[in-house]
Amino acid sequence: MPTTPLAQVLKMRHEAISRLFDAKFKAITRITVGSATCENAAGANPVYDRFVHLFGQNKKPGVALGRVGCAGRCDLEPVVTVISKGKIPVKYVKMTPAKVDKVFESHVLGGKVVEEYTMEHVAGLRQFKKIVSVCHGAGCIKKNLGVEKAFQDAITELGLGDSVAVTRSACQGLCERGPVAFVYPDSTVYQKVTPEIAKKIVEKHLHGGKPIAEHTWSGKRLANRFLPIYGNVQFFGKQLRLTLRNCGVIDPENLDEYLAVQGYEALGHVLTNMSQKEVIDAVTKSGLRGRGGGGYPAGRKWQIAYDQKSDQKYFICNADEGDPGAFMDRSTIEGDPHTILEGLMIGGYAIGADKGFVYIRAEYPMAIQRLEKAIADARAAGLLGKNILGSKFNFDIELRLGAGAFVCGEETALLASIEGSRGMPHPRPPYPTVSGLWGKPTCINNVETLANVPVVIIDGPAWFSSIGTPKSKGTKVFSLAGKVNNTGLIEVPMGTTLREVVYDVGGGIKGGKNFKAVQTGGPAGGCLPESTLDTPVDYDSLAAAGSIMGSGGMIVMDEDSCMVDVARFFLEFTQDESCGKCTPCREGTKRMLEMLERITAGKGKEGDVEKLLRLADTVRKASLCGLGQAAPNPVISTITHFRDEYDAHIREKKCPAGVCAALVTYTIIADKCVGCTACARKCPVQCISGAPKKVHVINQDACIKCGQCLLACKFDAVLRK
Amino acid sequence: MSPKTVETTTAPAAGELPEHVLKFIEQTRLLPHPESYLIAVLQMLQKHFGYLPAKSLDTVSQLMQIPSAKVTGVATFYHFFTFVPKGKHTISVCLGTACYVKGAGILVDRLKEMLGVEVGAASKDGLFTLEVARCVGACALAPVVIVDDKVYANVKPDELVKILSKYGYKPK
Repeated sequence: MPTTPLAQVLKMRHEAISRLFDAKFKAITRITVGSATCENAAGANPVYDRFVHLFGQNKKPGVALGRVGCAGRCDLEPVVTVISKGKIPVKYVKMTPAKVDKVFESHVLGGKVVEEYTMEHVAGLRQFKKIVSVCHGAGCIKKNLGVEKAFQDAITELGLGDSVAVTRSACQGLCERGPVAFVYPDSTVYQKVTPEIAKKIVEKHLHGGKPIAEHTWSGKRLANRFLPIYGNVQFFGKQLRLTLRNCGVIDPENLDEYLAVQGYEALGHVLTNMSQKEVIDAVTKSGLRGRGGGGYPAGRKWQIAYDQKSDQKYFICNADEGDPGAFMDRSTIEGDPHTILEGLMIGGYAIGADKGFVYIRAEYPMAIQRLEKAIADARAAGLLGKNILGSKFNFDIELRLGAGAFVCGEETALLASIEGSRGMPHPRPPYPTVSGLWGKPTCINNVETLANVPVVIIDGPAWFSSIGTPKSKGTKVFSLAGKVNNTGLIEVPMGTTLREVVYDVGGGIKGGKNFKAVQTGGPAGGCLPESTLDTPVDYDSLAAAGSIMGSGGMIVMDEDSCMVDVARFFLEFTQDESCGKCTPCREGTKRMLEMLERITAGKGKEGDVEKLLRLADTVRKASLCGLGQAAPNPVISTITHFRDEYDAHIREKKCPAGVCAALVTYTIIADKCVGCTACARKCPVQCISGAPKKVHVINQDACIKCGQCLLACKFDAVLRK
Repeated sequence: MSPKTVETTTAPAAGELPEHVLKFIEQTRLLPHPESYLIAVLQMLQKHFGYLPAKSLDTVSQLMQIPSAKVTGVATFYHFFTFVPKGKHTISVCLGTACYVKGAGILVDRLKEMLGVEVGAASKDGLFTLEVARCVGACALAPVVIVDDKVYANVKPDELVKILSKYGYKPK
């Protein structure tokens, strides 16, 4: 029997690896099929079943099949990854059972990649044999003058342009060794690269095939370990994945796989080598701030909870991800549930709690099911319960489900909901860290915050705090959605600019349209225009620009989005979700919504905008909790940045984006109309006249502006304005 | 009040609740803070009946020793709970931001027209209930429509008839 908790975890890992070894890691080729709410909705289950079926028919030694959580490329799902030793992983996208047959026959059995199904092909990128990725993080970029060019020049000189690509990466947390460059698929990390060394790398490694040992860095860090497995360097290379390090890599339903990737090592280390105080100090020193939106320093919160004298303390993981347009927490839990549990346990140990809760939305059935399994597996393995890993630490975790109330993401409302009451907030102080669940000191952290804790412990607070900006450390996960090419789940170092997120990681605006705004922070955040795109992503810069970091929803809007309508949409949401306890929020959001509805209906009056701003100010200052205090943000930010759109609605009774139904008109362009009668047949009020093969006309007085004619026309002859 | 004073098996109203819910309530008595499981119990009932029948709420109140006013208060607070019977199939249109900017509002309007109901109500033939959902977190697939547990991605207004036909919808 090993003597310390750490030794015990290491032993467990050893056993886990030996169980997995033959099945998975020894395999020459690993095939993984994505499995998460969105993957399954896109049709991942039949794809996986087809693989199982084919494997049943053709035994192929050295090939392993598995399921993994979401890797983040939601727009291309279902995703199948084929990882062969020594090769850049091939990601097949938008898979169907029929495509599986072809991939199996050609690639798995025949060793030939089916080019037309790959992510690169679909995204219009070329497949390369090797990729050099030069770090463009703030630390490296100052020093890497000429390195990228030296790589390019040497590659051209040697005529390797067709097989080797040079790309840029986000900060990978190796700043002290910068400038760094990564070579895929060999996962070689070159440190302190100069133009001369770059030239040598091209000659000896890329051309000659031999890495230059004296310039490589061979350290191991959680964050850098899976770089070669993520594949698609153009998309993943610009990210730094700490929270999502295991998402899309391991099977979330298999404890062995988590153990194999240093899972629960942080817990073992903490229980063996660190006092409660030392854990708190490490988290404080790391600079980790609450990822739920508020940005409160996690270490300080833990310290306050630790300082309370009480017979009972609680630690809660807030997984009530209610922001429309946010799915970071769901994907993290679905992709790597044990990380959350480990973070929760470490937190519990630090503050002296023996009971933890995960409060999660009932709308996330798959996340719930995976957490339940993870908790049961951890308990069976002695990682939860009494005397964890042979230590004196007792801890158990219980799931509590929300029931569809956005306000329950607010911490005091969340507590009320766990206690079985209406989820209504109460005034703070006392803060939950002093008097929380059933009056006991309670520490509440968001999913993403807790997922960072094992990283802080394993890789050290000093390293963690080397990433990011002076006041915002580490990375931030965003769910990138809306009118952007690459929708999905991304994680970037703090300090990355919005422009880099939207254009580099997100691949720009869909259909080549013009960018209009990026919405961050959900209903509590704001809409930021083009002029703010160079704002670095961190708590303070986003706040200064008029939005908030929020929990991580990021919705990109193009010229077809009406900003007044967006403000109305968010107000409708907060008004509906207002719990009704305090007057400013209950009445204020209602009246603001009425004003916005009036404006979008073409009944706005001069002075409405000023009234809105005045009321917004009152609601912001006087509301009891964060929901009300932040509810006016979408209104204020759209007025600040898009005042002209409000004026157009109010003065000219026009919606420039052509969204607000009452303000648009449909007309038929005579030159384009071929008289096919499709629109007239679809029109529900028969207001389109015209004989077959003759130009049709819409009777504006009778038109109900339903837009059916626009959808029906195959000749783009209907104009919506 | 001590939970032991409640007679469970002989209480006539107990018959209103399904067996597994009774058992769950029984188990919670042994746990600290049994009243905190109220929401979980209501969720089980909603799952069983498809809505919360008024009588069952009274029974819950008695069995869990929670005032009826509080049970009703909690049940009416959370969006998840409904008090009217649902149609055979539930159509839920996601109105999260991503879906909204991609035209989910048009889908709702079209469905209202197709089914002749307002949001939250069941169609006359009892086949469908139309609901709108808060973000379901499948934003990359926006706009999404969920029928029972099946998620339909990138739905266009013209596809609605085809989707609902699978569940017995007959166009007018």
